[in-house]
Amino acid sequence: MFGKLTLSDIPYHVPIIMGAVGFTLLGALIVLGLITYYGKWTYLWKEWLTSVDHKKIGVMYIILALIMLLRGFSDAILMRSQQAVAFGSNHGFLPPEHYDQIFSAHGTIMVFFMAMPFLTGLMNVVVPLQIGARDVAFPFMNSVSLWLTIISAGLVMVSLGVGDFSRAGWTGYPPLSGLTYSPDSGVDYWIWSIQLSGIGTLMTGINFLVTILKMRAPGMSLMRMPVFTWATLCTNALMILAFPALTATLALLTLDRYLGTHFFTNGFGGNMMMYPNLFWIWGHPEVYILVLPAFGVFSEVVPTLCGKRLFGYTSMVWATLAITVLSFTVWLHHFFTMGASSDVNAFFGIATMIIAVPTGVKIFNWLFTMYRGRVRFDTPMLWTIGFIITFVIGGMSGVMLAIPGADYVLHNTEFLVAHFHNVLLPGALFGYFAGYSYWFPKAFGFPLNEKWGKRAFWFWFFGFYLAFIPLYVLGFLGMPRRLDYYTNPAWHPWLEIAAVGAAFVLFGIICQGIQLVVSIRDREKNRDLTGDYWSNGRTMEWSTSSPAPFYNFAQIPEVHERDSFDHMKEQGTAYQRPAHYQDIHMPKNTSAGFIIGMFAFIFGFAMIWHIWWMAAFGALGILVTLILRSANDHTDYYVQSEEVKHVESLRFEQLANSERSGSINASPDTVTPLSHQV
Amino acid sequence: MQKMPLLDPSGPIGMSERSLIITAFLIMLIPAIPVFIMTVWFAWHYRSTNKKATYAPKWGHSNKIEFVVWSVPAIIILVLGILTWVTTHELNPYKPIASTHKAIRIEAVALNWKWLFIYPDQHIATINQLVLPVNVPVSFRITSDTVMTSFFIPRLGSQIYAMAGMNTHLNLMASKPGTYEGMNSQFSGNGFAGMHFKVIATSRKKYDQWLTKVKNAPAKLDEATFTALEKPSSNTPVTYYSSVNPENMFTDVLDKYRQGMKMANSSNVAGGSTMASSGMTEMNAH
Repeated sequence: MFGKLTLSDIPYHVPIIMGAVGFTLLGALIVLGLITYYGKWTYLWKEWLTSVDHKKIGVMYIILALIMLLRGFSDAILMRSQQAVAFGSNHGFLPPEHYDQIFSAHGTIMVFFMAMPFLTGLMNVVVPLQIGARDVAFPFMNSVSLWLTIISAGLVMVSLGVGDFSRAGWTGYPPLSGLTYSPDSGVDYWIWSIQLSGIGTLMTGINFLVTILKMRAPGMSLMRMPVFTWATLCTNALMILAFPALTATLALLTLDRYLGTHFFTNGFGGNMMMYPNLFWIWGHPEVYILVLPAFGVFSEVVPTLCGKRLFGYTSMVWATLAITVLSFTVWLHHFFTMGASSDVNAFFGIATMIIAVPTGVKIFNWLFTMYRGRVRFDTPMLWTIGFIITFVIGGMSGVMLAIPGADYVLHNTEFLVAHFHNVLLPGALFGYFAGYSYWFPKAFGFPLNEKWGKRAFWFWFFGFYLAFIPLYVLGFLGMPRRLDYYTNPAWHPWLEIAAVGAAFVLFGIICQGIQLVVSIRDREKNRDLTGDYWSNGRTMEWSTSSPAPFYNFAQIPEVHERDSFDHMKEQGTAYQRPAHYQDIHMPKNTSAGFIIGMFAFIFGFAMIWHIWWMAAFGALGILVTLILRSANDHTDYYVQSEEVKHVESLRFEQLANSERSGSINASPDTVTPLSHQV
Repeated sequence: MQKMPLLDPSGPIGMSERSLIITAFLIMLIPAIPVFIMTVWFAWHYRSTNKKATYAPKWGHSNKIEFVVWSVPAIIILVLGILTWVTTHELNPYKPIASTHKAIRIEAVALNWKWLFIYPDQHIATINQLVLPVNVPVSFRITSDTVMTSFFIPRLGSQIYAMAGMNTHLNLMASKPGTYEGMNSQFSGNGFAGMHFKVIATSRKKYDQWLTKVKNAPAKLDEATFTALEKPSSNTPVTYYSSVNPENMFTDVLDKYRQGMKMANSSNVAGGSTMASSGMTEMNAH
């Protein structure tokens, strides 16, 4: 009846796990309780859960990312504390079978359920606004993508209390992840959560590629697109090309585990070496899927907060495209030590290094954007400067690992762990945080608190160095990654320092929590009335109100230049009230995305536990929902021009107020009086 | 403070790898240092409160700067690329180490979670201990009787994966006497943290004495002993085996995982030969 699932799969006798489960459930109960207390269920359902508005979907993605950041970071804290104490005769507080799940979950969560939703969220919030579109090309599909991602993260969370998560690392190399060595359901949780969210990611890629190629405002040629949009375009191309490789690889592993095939097993003709090849054919482009959007954010933040045009736009675009293409030519550098010939290893090593050229160019272009600018140290700019300095170190260790001769001793050590955190924290997460504080006022109409934002930055920045520079040292000390205990006394002090670093990051995260609370508390005081919160916004998203109306633009703007909004302000064509308004064609909200997500959750859970009837029910549910949705002809409507006029009048009243009070919320030295613009 | 194994190697491979790491690092400082300086300098000098600094909001292109920012990284990567090509071939783990001494052959088998070392020419075997004479090259053949693992002695240099049904090679040499840590560096399950071994590099004389000692050890490695070894254990104590029977036990371990391929082979080719050890399962570097 319930497949492999029995009561004994719930680890009620393990206090640490039950504590985590209890904490998670308590958090969920408090949220649900608050929603009920304030009577917000209808609002939540109508305005958010069933929404197809790209801005709301984007916000929900980012909320998911922040929640999963907390989970992934809890795993990090546990690992850092374990390694700080599990030395010599002390085996720490985590037995290996638990520790192994924690690092597997940490990697899986941070890549698939923190970074991916974060960048997808930023893309959702920003791209349609930047290109002057009213929504994405396929709003319903966007909602399905979101829900597939949410339920997949849900499956990972369920593994906390029902059964175990994978113990085979986030890369899940067979034969360790095969049935012989991992007979329980842990690997299946890992497989199905990645597979379901992967489908969501693939659809997101298609959605945004089409949106950017087909829905740009008139006059916005490719070479007039904001660089964030360019980065997103390349990211989407990577998603479309790379994710099917992951899906196929995991499907083969699934066949090995479910039907007894031998693609990757030790014997019977299986070839485990195929798996790392296939996995990293997705995995290396994935690194750029994570990093390019952050590069895009920096390319927006630097010009705006330096009050200056981006240096070398064309270079920047070509560098992004070069990275996109080259990212598919380097996968073998993840396993130089598998015994390939010197020619093969040297080829992939050199190909890897070549990526450093366009990446270096980007760094210089940001620096020369600051050059002769007026650098404002608002939070997004701090993240950017922190990124540049830190990322260069990560780039250096990356080139070292790209040299096979060096990789032969550095591979599999803590040096490798230090390296990829050293590129992904500044190169992805710092970028997302920069984007989060940069576009927050656009999304909500009020800014994030600067004081707490800066505190968070400094904790993260120093926390990063304290947590990861010791890992470089540990690499040179010959410490392999993923140890749940060790006896080498030389490693111990460095692991203690790394634990202090993790504590710093914890303070950073606490500051971010306080920042959010303080910002919401003070929202009325800090309302962004103009829509151009940083007061020298250059791209189109700043031309509309904050938050943008649900239809984004009453009139689709025409683009004559790069940095189109900056150009409009110069020409005096910004903030113009059109002579008359037209009806606006918009998609209707739908619960189909949510329902498909719920059935997908049932399907995924059932597949994990081999509950075949329930899996069939889930799959059928998805199919029926899709058919019903396809048969529905009333999926769109027109916003009447009267309503548009009403919304827009309020907006112009707000603009007039802000002009009268002269309260443009930017640092005093860069104020561009609005009266000059209108 | 203990010295860092990777920066204080005890063999020629490790020495070359150390100097490669240091050379690459120094070359990369050429672009990195200016970036650090420019970041701090530009951020400070062009801070918005410094009204004396030049402000050029429309400036966004310069062919001279573009030329420099594309060509300097390109030249550096060209240099590093050549260095990579040359050193990758020099440090090929499969390449025998040139020496006047004949290389010692050692066969390493990864088990859950311990290492079995067979000295085929001496007909002895050990668990979790390698004893090597200094300045004599060692030629390893490596495989796994379990999941993918990686054979690594940081003080001596390169590591290589051990995989079931596969035969990887590694050539190392110790040039200083001492006791070094060896390990599996690739996560391989619950007992992973306890899968390490000691490498004792010593004089030829002491090595010979050790061989005699092992040859007089009571335990013998035969199929029954091997089956017992396959049972998972970690932090397994050092064990000596005075004989190895069957002699080609390493090949037997390899063949155990090649059955599927043999079957596939013989069904395709009538009366087909079994897969030769230098077939597709050999990770051949030449």
